[in-house]
Amino acid sequence: MKFLKFLFVGIFFGIVLVKSEAVSWYRIFEMFKFQSFHMYGIIGTAVFLGVLFVAALKRFKVKSIEGEELKFIPKDKSISRYLLGGTIFGLGWALAGACPGPMYVLVGTGVFSMFIVIAAALLGTFVYGLLRNKLPH
Amino acid sequence: MESILQPWPWYVAGPLIATVMLLLMYFGKTFGMSSNLRTLCTIGGAGKFSDFFNFDWKAQRWNLVVVLGAVIGGFIATQFLSDGSTMALSSDTIADLSALGFNNAGETLLPPEIYSWENVLTLKGLSILIIGGFLVGFGTRYAGGCSSGHAITGLSNLQLPSLIAVIGFFIGGLIMTHFILPLIF
Repeated sequence: MKFLKFLFVGIFFGIVLVKSEAVSWYRIFEMFKFQSFHMYGIIGTAVFLGVLFVAALKRFKVKSIEGEELKFIPKDKSISRYLLGGTIFGLGWALAGACPGPMYVLVGTGVFSMFIVIAAALLGTFVYGLLRNKLPH
Repeated sequence: MESILQPWPWYVAGPLIATVMLLLMYFGKTFGMSSNLRTLCTIGGAGKFSDFFNFDWKAQRWNLVVVLGAVIGGFIATQFLSDGSTMALSSDTIADLSALGFNNAGETLLPPEIYSWENVLTLKGLSILIIGGFLVGFGTRYAGGCSSGHAITGLSNLQLPSLIAVIGFFIGGLIMTHFILPLIF
């Protein structure tokens, strides 16, 4: 039962991403061409509200549903890993048009060739794990 | 009901995505989809090859349930909550895509020029999906997050590293869209 709420959040997330077309390769292309406000509006309002939500959770010391303190883990300080890793991710995002959330949502919409992208993403993650100690972080 | 069946505008979608993040935080978790790739590698036995994959994956089961939900959500949205209308892409985008050989842009969520089996089962088509997926999987773990973990969760928590990562996402995306896609298509 404790997993049920996560199932519903996932279903909600999948529906929002399809209905807003944020899972669409075309919308990603359009975004990187700066030809529409659509994706910027989605990310912009999500972050704007997100900042308010996080500030409110901290300000009012909101406890989790299980009564524990919420953890906001700061990201490790670095520039190279974020810039290099981010750029590699961006190249793939604009090519395949799918990032690690939408790739599952798109399987649900009936695009089964997406399994190839998911398998390749697993391989990419695995290779990162092998090379991690040799990469600048 | 009609407005549910039509595409949802950005000012509806953005706040709903922020709500997903808020709910996961309230459940004591965090919103980050790319972690699932690492979890799946661990389940597949990747820990034998790299310590990076030796972690308690069972603590991440909740996130795999989110993934399962996302698949179901995608199914529900297309089967029951869509009126099949064409996406309202910008006319400049449609013209640019047409020049690259992409026809009927916006009639489906994904371009058949990349995702139809007819194209996937060619060397070029298969390479596009494999290289694209590989870059996403490698880059997201190297950067420590993706569009959800950095662009939404990280920026909401005012994390400078996430801003740097998002700048990286754009450097890569712009290079691909403006310089590499025109070479491929």
